[in-house]
Amino acid sequence: MLLALIFIPIVAAALIPLLGKRQVFWLALAGTLVPLGIGLVMLLGMGVDWRSLTGDVFTRSIPWMPELGLTFKLGVDAVSGSLILLTLLLGPICVLCSKSAITERVRTYYGWLLVLQGAMVGVFAARDLVLFYIAFEFTLIPMFVLITLFGSTNRRAAGIKFFLYTFTGSIIALAGLVYIAWFNATKIQPGAFAGAGAWTFDLATLQSAARTIPAGTQWWLFLALMLGFAVKVPLFPLHTWLPLAHTEAPTAGSVVLAGVLLKLGTYAIYALAIPMLPAGAVQFAPVVAVLAIIGFVAIGLVCWVQTDVKKLVAYSSVAHLGVCMLGMFALNPTGFKGAVLYMLNHGLSTGALFLCIGMMYERYHTRSMLEIGGLAKKMPVWATFVVFFAMASVGLPGLNGFVSEFLCLLGAWQASDTWLAGGFVGGTPGVLGPVYVGIAVVGMVVGAIYTLQLVGKMVFGPLKTPHGDDHGHGHAHAPHAAAGEHVSLPTDLNAREIITLLPLAALCLALGLFPKPLLQAFDYSAQRTYLIVNEAREQVRLLQVDAPIPPLGPASTPSDPPGARPSGTGQGKPEVHQ
Amino acid sequence: MTEKLATLWPEIILFTCACVVMLLGLSERLGVRRLCAPVSAAGLLIAGLFAFYKTPVDPAAMLPNLPVFGKVLAAGIGLLILGLLTGIPDRDYEARVAQGRTRFDPKRTIRSEFYAFFLFSITGLMLCAGATNLIWLFLALELTSLPTYVMVALSTQRDKSLEAAVKYFFLGAMAAAVFLFGFVLLYGATGSVELAQIGATLRHQASVEGGINPIALAGLVLGILGLCFKIAAVPMHFYTPDVYQGAASPVAGMLAFVPKAAGFFALMLLLTAPGWGWMQPGGPGGGHGSLPTPIGEILAIIAVASMTLGNVLAIMQTSVKRLLAYSSIAHSGYMLVALLAGPGRPGTLLPENGYSAILFYLLSYGLTSTAAFAVLALLERKGPDGQVHEADDFADIRGLRKKHPALAWVLALSALGLMGFPPLLGFFAKLPLFASGLAGGHLVLVVILGLNSAVAAFYYLRIVSAALLESPDASGHAEGMVQTPFRGRALAGYVGVLAMVAMVVLPLLSAGSFLHVTPASWASFGGTYKDAAPLAIAPRLPSPAKPMGAAPTGEGPMSEDAPARP
Repeated sequence: MLLALIFIPIVAAALIPLLGKRQVFWLALAGTLVPLGIGLVMLLGMGVDWRSLTGDVFTRSIPWMPELGLTFKLGVDAVSGSLILLTLLLGPICVLCSKSAITERVRTYYGWLLVLQGAMVGVFAARDLVLFYIAFEFTLIPMFVLITLFGSTNRRAAGIKFFLYTFTGSIIALAGLVYIAWFNATKIQPGAFAGAGAWTFDLATLQSAARTIPAGTQWWLFLALMLGFAVKVPLFPLHTWLPLAHTEAPTAGSVVLAGVLLKLGTYAIYALAIPMLPAGAVQFAPVVAVLAIIGFVAIGLVCWVQTDVKKLVAYSSVAHLGVCMLGMFALNPTGFKGAVLYMLNHGLSTGALFLCIGMMYERYHTRSMLEIGGLAKKMPVWATFVVFFAMASVGLPGLNGFVSEFLCLLGAWQASDTWLAGGFVGGTPGVLGPVYVGIAVVGMVVGAIYTLQLVGKMVFGPLKTPHGDDHGHGHAHAPHAAAGEHVSLPTDLNAREIITLLPLAALCLALGLFPKPLLQAFDYSAQRTYLIVNEAREQVRLLQVDAPIPPLGPASTPSDPPGARPSGTGQGKPEVHQ
Repeated sequence: MTEKLATLWPEIILFTCACVVMLLGLSERLGVRRLCAPVSAAGLLIAGLFAFYKTPVDPAAMLPNLPVFGKVLAAGIGLLILGLLTGIPDRDYEARVAQGRTRFDPKRTIRSEFYAFFLFSITGLMLCAGATNLIWLFLALELTSLPTYVMVALSTQRDKSLEAAVKYFFLGAMAAAVFLFGFVLLYGATGSVELAQIGATLRHQASVEGGINPIALAGLVLGILGLCFKIAAVPMHFYTPDVYQGAASPVAGMLAFVPKAAGFFALMLLLTAPGWGWMQPGGPGGGHGSLPTPIGEILAIIAVASMTLGNVLAIMQTSVKRLLAYSSIAHSGYMLVALLAGPGRPGTLLPENGYSAILFYLLSYGLTSTAAFAVLALLERKGPDGQVHEADDFADIRGLRKKHPALAWVLALSALGLMGFPPLLGFFAKLPLFASGLAGGHLVLVVILGLNSAVAAFYYLRIVSAALLESPDASGHAEGMVQTPFRGRALAGYVGVLAMVAMVVLPLLSAGSFLHVTPASWASFGGTYKDAAPLAIAPRLPSPAKPMGAAPTGEGPMSEDAPARP
């Protein structure tokens, strides 16, 4: 089934050269709608009880290159399942929103869009590290093509920068992954667990193996993995490729980029880096949290001064994912659940905002807030959507952004040894705490400011259009007429565009009002990761015995949080290596 | 003697075939002359089949399967390169003959020499893979290289080819002198030319003197430096871009693979002599995974310098051929990391076995770079001066997809393959380089290898982008490009790329069936290592005077099918 989700779009892409220009759109739509249907039936309609699920479902394993330890192994759990659904949902939306925007080289465009779709599902479904890496990397080429061919003025530089940044990072991550596989093959006694002592890239095996790596080495490996994955997120100092790529990409490219591609990074950190290298995660938690907060606050300020709407939303992605990372590196169940939910919510609301901006751009061919304003008067339907998604993105209670943002911050607040020692409710071991959250809240305020400013300037206020003399014919400005036939668009949104936006809006509302089923489904994964991390804390403490100031930690060992397995009191964990 | 001959059937077949080709090319009749290429192909095919089915495996050898794998590889990639080379010899001459402007004169044709020399070169490559002593190795290396000097000179009518050939020849002769001198020193230090015997003596001397014999060390270092010329690694790399650019693209494609493979076979054989048991200063044999210190250090420096220099200079090129030349230097650097890691403990299999990793990489590199050069060889344009120019500059391939979409795809895929982009074969070949480097304890080198791959991505991406995404520029070069009428070249390009893809996809499709064979399993087979080298200090080694033939550690535990664990 998962195979079908991955390969239907790719097969559809392979069929495209056989078709004429006009049919391509419909083929692409079918190539994304069919997997969406299959995915919905499979993940929601086949009676899988996600809330009590304690492993992968729909697993499929095909030997590939056994000498290299490679298997084509697929499977989903609640977290990857929901992200797959998000990917599948954004697929047809991207196709729909491109109908009028892309008029040249349509076959290339839809072909690569479909390939991208398959690769992204592959990332979430992969249960073999090399397969994961292949899919992870393979998203680069389609995106590179989409940006380089169909972007705006500065597209070539943007494409190359995007490619090189991510490629460099992920090669370093690959070295880290190979190190883990090597460690499993040579340093672990065969029989310690399934797959131990042999060359394999099986995710579950390597998760067990990597946890036995000494904490000092885990620090390095975690750094290597983070270099690969944090570029994609993007975490603060590594984010510089993103605004350029986003601004230059075509609308669908931006939607995919914001909606799914960035989630590849956060997902990889959540599903690979943290469970595999928990001791590394514990050591890096304060660093990542600080970077995330810098991203949240400082990039928020950068958003404030943008005049290009698309750039503003792009930068806001960096800021939002800062919150997501903060929640994730709280390293407690609340934070994990919040972070995963944030991935989904950000995909919905920011993706939708990019769609709205794309629709506006198709009519006015500018993205500058200086040239445009007060569009509510001319495009009331569009304006409604923009306001709605902006509110969702800013975290208005009742909409989806609020739930996840709240959970992330709550998780970070609770992840404090002091808080735990003080006996407050919900405290978990960790080094973050109220101070971190206090600073992060500044970011929320800034976020509200720039989002409202965006809405205020573009949607409300005096009407301003690029040429001032526009008499209700948005499409009259035949765009620099180079692009061949220009599909004429009505002043306000047409039915196709509304259909594009409606499902996203509905989901934003649904997830805002009723997030509980999803959170329950994420519970197992979050608790499990939490236990793994807690076990590793002991290892890190032992590492820091020589440190000049002993951490508060040891005192708190008796008061392990409820639900947590008593973590290595004294005897440590079974060290099987060497 | 006869048992030795029995291992040489593929070489004998190729040699015979070369002699036949030499005669065929002199015939008055065009139809017979045209048989040169098909007969060469048949010879390669038969030789490859013989190598595959009939090569006896010498269980006492240190690398028992290297001859089999090496010969099959040489025949297989040789077939592709043969396709690439079609159409070079006598192109203008035959055209004039066909127009009746001149009569065919056997003294003026070069067709027979060209194909025969190519076959000689492949014969040399096969002999390299099967070498067991230094003299054989030297002769095999020279047999590989000497024809290539001539082929460079004959490849085009331009003066640049002659210049390239002269440059290549003199530097090559110098390199040959260097490694010959090294071999002589090795002989002087150990009293033997048999590699197995040299290894035994070296380890015996080490056990007596506590370190490697300095004369032998000098010999090994000179040998490595000389072989760096063949593989185009750093201190001896200077000729690469000029020669690649001066030679016709098909010949450049051949230079990228044949001497490189020969050099790596030779290095692999040469380094098994001292072995990898020189780990700790506390004494040899303290652990596994290290060459004698100076050699290890020199190889590491060469590897890093080749990767870095090759990649950095490749970025600056405007000529695709020069770019590929520099990238060929970089690829040698990558493979040297695995060479440094060595074959691991006896019985170690692919991901940790550096020798298998090199063989896998050679396979992938051979297919991919041949395909890339095939595209360049397939494109030419008439300049304003009436001269025919082959595709060389980026301007020539910019917007290639407009007129030649299939070729643009082949070029883009091969560039991505060379980049090591997943899921192409190059990625799977690069994975064992990482793994074996780690297993050998060369973490820093592996990181440098990773960073270099990222640098390389930049210029390979330029090729992809120029061929597939960009539009032709104002120079009009790209629009003037026409496809040369040689089907062999097109075949080489398409087959190279298809093989590259198929080797990844077919193992997945055939999973679970008896057809499930992966390129990784071939390479794993080819790099099998049998010698228990780490026991350098063991006093039970035979004395140097012991007659050759018995493997030095024959009495040691040799049946290590499962990787040994601490």
